[in-house]
Amino acid sequence: MTAALSVAGAVFRESVRDRIFYNLVLFAVLLVGASIVIGQLTAGQDVKIIKDLGLSATSVFGLFISIFVGINIVSKEVERRSVYPLLAKPIRRSEFIIGKYVGLLLTLLMNILVMTVALYSVLFWLKRGVPENIQGAWDAPAMDPALLKAIGLIYVDLALVTALAVLFSTYSSPMLSAVFTVCLYVVGQFNEDLKRLDQIVGAPAAGIIGKACYYVLPDFAKFDVKLAVVHGVTVSGGYMLWTTAYAAAYIAALLFGACVIFSRRDFK
Amino acid sequence: MTPAIRTRDLTKDFPVGFWRPRPYRALDGLSIEVAHGEVFGFLGPNGAGKTTTLKLLMQLVFPTSGEAEILGRPVGDVSIRHRIGYLPENPYFYDHLTAEELLTYYARLFRIDPSSRRQRVTAILDRLGIGAERRLQLRKFSKGMLQRVGIAQALLNEPDVIVLDEPMSGLDPLGRRDVRALILELRDQGRTVFFSSHILSDAEALCSRVAILAKGRLAAAGRLSDLQEFAVQGWELVVSGVPPDVLDRVRRRVRSVTSITRDRYSIDLAADGHPEQLLGELTAAGATLIALNPIRETLEDLFVRRVSEMGDGARPAAPTREPRQRTGRGNVA
Repeated sequence: MTAALSVAGAVFRESVRDRIFYNLVLFAVLLVGASIVIGQLTAGQDVKIIKDLGLSATSVFGLFISIFVGINIVSKEVERRSVYPLLAKPIRRSEFIIGKYVGLLLTLLMNILVMTVALYSVLFWLKRGVPENIQGAWDAPAMDPALLKAIGLIYVDLALVTALAVLFSTYSSPMLSAVFTVCLYVVGQFNEDLKRLDQIVGAPAAGIIGKACYYVLPDFAKFDVKLAVVHGVTVSGGYMLWTTAYAAAYIAALLFGACVIFSRRDFK
Repeated sequence: MTPAIRTRDLTKDFPVGFWRPRPYRALDGLSIEVAHGEVFGFLGPNGAGKTTTLKLLMQLVFPTSGEAEILGRPVGDVSIRHRIGYLPENPYFYDHLTAEELLTYYARLFRIDPSSRRQRVTAILDRLGIGAERRLQLRKFSKGMLQRVGIAQALLNEPDVIVLDEPMSGLDPLGRRDVRALILELRDQGRTVFFSSHILSDAEALCSRVAILAKGRLAAAGRLSDLQEFAVQGWELVVSGVPPDVLDRVRRRVRSVTSITRDRYSIDLAADGHPEQLLGELTAAGATLIALNPIRETLEDLFVRRVSEMGDGARPAAPTREPRQRTGRGNVA
């Protein structure tokens, strides 16, 4: 486990130096710029829009990091042969994979923490000077702590995407890994529709295939509670726990697969 | 005593082709033993299977058949890597880490005590002559400097067995001299050094024993003195100021006479050509001796001879083929 943590630390340091966090500057500019423009165009809806925009941007920026860093995190090491001296050290290949994954999760966590602070800062700035009676008419307060639930599930969602990307990168090229990950992510957004595919297309065979896909493929739509949070709808603690447990089980299976594949791989 | 490195019938096939992959035999039944404390040279032309062998020892690839041990333990035993150092061919590291950070990272994997970690890293970087650049990111390093970092990381854990794949690659003459000195220093400390190379002069200067690999098979293995034909194969006599009539008389008794400069000649005698007698005659006629050298086989001669003996036939490819005689196989060093 110590070895895996050392690998995770190196991934995080390399990510910081590789200017991955430059996306945060873009995020901040987008958020502040949008809040100024929206504040002048809308009447009383600006806080809701900024919440929606902030959460969506957090999700999209995180997704880019998950996919594009995730698909490269193993394959780049193999391609550049930096994995050779590393695997000649007293470290198991499974520890290498787990370390890489944890390092990327740390990078994502740091990103999301900074984005969260930026979002709350902009919301605080927007709230200032708004009379109490207008604030009372909002679906949810500007500095709503429930936003953290949406952000938490975005992080869980990204952790699952990262695990998919890492699995593909253990045996496939970065390009193919990106295609596979994006495809599964998109399909996973419509997982509920797969369940009732027979009703949609009117063919019983499609129903069987759809149901099989529903149970095998990850259901990414479960992690999206942005709309509910923005409109002040309560997301229960039970739902948070159940969804996180679902992701954890899926991630464990994906990482197990990644470790098995990587442990058998020849580095020509 | 258990050898430091032992392979038995080590064989590796790689699949070639996308739709219908066929096995390509990169290494065919390699059996060698490397004793503790020796510098062992693993020689062969490009594509002979040297790097594949080293990767098999490091478990970067897995054998198709056969087995390999280091320090009496199977190479798959992760714990044994605490006692092994490995330099891959043309090493590459993380662009955005500094040399110091990279070695500290590896030192953690070796579980080197945090109190001595920094000191160990600094000492090894200084020893390899890159101490001044320790805080420079590796993407700014030249190929030679990266090679030095590669050697530094291979020695970081003070290993008993050091496996080096083309250690002189990318180094300038001064760097090569430093690495030669380092390998001899490691040998004097009682460590085992197993290195691959196709620079024969390095092997000749450093190795107590060598193995020559060609087309994935062992062509020769053993002490240089046993492998090379050390019996004198002839004599080279270099003289000056020989009178022309004496030279004409000598010409009939020797293998050849070659003019080097206007009055300097190289005389090639057979092994039983009695050089002392000829030298006496020449000096009596007024000639001056410049040099007298015995002619022996060099490692290069041996290498060329053994590699060409392996023939131009196709490399063994498919396990489905009929068994056939393997030249040089089973020649345990």
